[in-house]
Amino acid sequence: MSETDELLRAEEITKTYPIRRGVFGTSAKRLKAVDAVTFGVRRGETLGLVGESGSGKTTSGRLVARLEEPDSGRILFDGEDWLALSGKALRRRRRDLQVIFQDPQTSLNPRMTAGDQVAEPLRVQRIVPRRGLRARVEELLAEVGLGAEAASRLPSEFSGGQRQRIAIARALATRPKFVICDEPVSSLDVSVAAQVLNLLLELREKKGLSYLFISHDLATVERISDRIAVMYLGRIVEEGPAREVTSHPLHPYTAALLSAVPDADPSSGRLRVILPGEPPSPAEPPSGCAFHPRCPIARPRCREETPPLFPFPAGRSAACFFPGELDPGRGEGPRL
Amino acid sequence: MNEPLLAVRDLTVELFLHGGWRPAVHGVGFDLREGETLAVVGETGCGKTLLGLALLQLVPEGARVAGSVVSRGRDLLGLTESQWREVRGGEIAMVFQEPAAALDPVQTIGSQIVEGVRRHRAVSPREAREIARGLLAEVSFPAPERGLEEYPHRLSGGLKQRAFLAIALAGNPAILIADEPTTALDATVSADVLELVDRLRRDRGLAVILITHDLAAVARHSDRTLVLYAGRVVEEAATADLFRSPRHPYTRALLECLPRIGAGPARLRPIPGLVPDLAFRPSGVCAFAPRCPDRFSPCEVSEPPLFPAGAGVARCFLYERGAAGPETRRTT
Repeated sequence: MSETDELLRAEEITKTYPIRRGVFGTSAKRLKAVDAVTFGVRRGETLGLVGESGSGKTTSGRLVARLEEPDSGRILFDGEDWLALSGKALRRRRRDLQVIFQDPQTSLNPRMTAGDQVAEPLRVQRIVPRRGLRARVEELLAEVGLGAEAASRLPSEFSGGQRQRIAIARALATRPKFVICDEPVSSLDVSVAAQVLNLLLELREKKGLSYLFISHDLATVERISDRIAVMYLGRIVEEGPAREVTSHPLHPYTAALLSAVPDADPSSGRLRVILPGEPPSPAEPPSGCAFHPRCPIARPRCREETPPLFPFPAGRSAACFFPGELDPGRGEGPRL
Repeated sequence: MNEPLLAVRDLTVELFLHGGWRPAVHGVGFDLREGETLAVVGETGCGKTLLGLALLQLVPEGARVAGSVVSRGRDLLGLTESQWREVRGGEIAMVFQEPAAALDPVQTIGSQIVEGVRRHRAVSPREAREIARGLLAEVSFPAPERGLEEYPHRLSGGLKQRAFLAIALAGNPAILIADEPTTALDATVSADVLELVDRLRRDRGLAVILITHDLAAVARHSDRTLVLYAGRVVEEAATADLFRSPRHPYTRALLECLPRIGAGPARLRPIPGLVPDLAFRPSGVCAFAPRCPDRFSPCEVSEPPLFPAGAGVARCFLYERGAAGPETRRTT
């Protein structure tokens, strides 16, 4: 894959936060929320970033959106050094990269009508002349399946799914090329989540959008993504084409996530992987492979050495010394 | 077959809304037997949480509860408040989604379990503490002795839920109601906690009512499933059967809009429209009809009762005796 057809490329991005200890909070210790993470998203492609709390997936999204600045690393967006942009130039380019958050309840202004929320980026960016504003807002609302009458209503008058539609219309107002979706359907009921997911798929096709789709739910991510990157404790532990990753996971953590997803047939006898304990705190990462304390196939080597992301055929990679050993789809391997 | 531990009949919980009584839980009935897990599933607003609370008589002020909840030969709905204090925790215990909100932040885990133990058992403080330590060990709390001295805020989400389970077990209940016990937890942690509930059910012969929107949890961790829609049971079946061949059009639609691994790139098939708001629910007709792909003339005239469907029951005219059934109807 050549790097030039990538719309976005994050290289070795790292973000640490100071850990406050004691009354004066002067400890020099730092927590690595995102640890030298590299990924690329091609034009028209969706990269799913999946992981649990503390995996660094949301922070990665915030770094790409420049809601926060990385400590080190490089981000290329549409051929430009994205981190070098500032001030006016950054504001101008921001229209190409938008974010949809999990909870439209908090990301929308409760005192602004739906129409005003959607119009706001158009006004700020001066994209549409005043006279054309109303028509454009109605067009955007229609694109997300809302009628023109929605424009005059407040967020509280809508259901959760409709509010997320408003947030999507607002994100699309500036005609972005790239949209970061951070858990966009996680607070919705399944039937409504399916509606919103289909809308995101439809908009991507219609507008040639690229998504960075961040979620804790592997089944949802698989549905919408071309490629999947699985994160654990600040690092990517597996990456590859979506269907490959979910049909034959290379990393045991991916296998465990997969095992937590509903089966079409619960009596299928698919191998269940139950992990002991919880993800450790990123403030105190374990030695060696960060996953080893919970890993069902860990060996002594895993305690001492940190596996790099090894490349595998078919554009895959995995940070494991014993890749593919735990594969719930295959129904073999150690019984747990 | 032996007596059910809990026999719920025609349980209705009405709330006063917009100038009228609205049934948030409507004529729900089921039996719960020792050692079995009954899942109650549905989306937001289907009444599942209120149903769980009503079984413990923990309903909002002013709510009207009717029907019967029979346990050990008596109707719990007729108990006095002091009798209820015995039943809650002693016969039926409950764990919620947010253990953080349910645990007392200024008391150690140990003293919260001890309090529960002493409320229901005549034991000395020392014995109670010993029982508490045993309970923490039973829920696989690492280092139970030290765990007794921990405060809730120092625990991770998964450990809080374990501590909460230990407190729930303090009164040695026969029935555990778990309302979205793992919704606030990460997937891998949640799998671990649900395995624990399964083990407690097996080891103690507990009967579990698992209330959840999470169909994956239902598929893996229950014997029978009740599907609720707009306050009504729309389907009841053995869980394996329900997932293999869902009967009610709502159950089918719900399973179809669930993303599954390896289902291919096809679009999800969402259910059109929304769950009707409690205040504006149609009555006397099928509440799902406006969103139903299989609706036909009777659905908008009267409300179907529960008809036998497969080995279970479904509240749908497709299963009325003599009706053609959904598959043949669709091809015509």
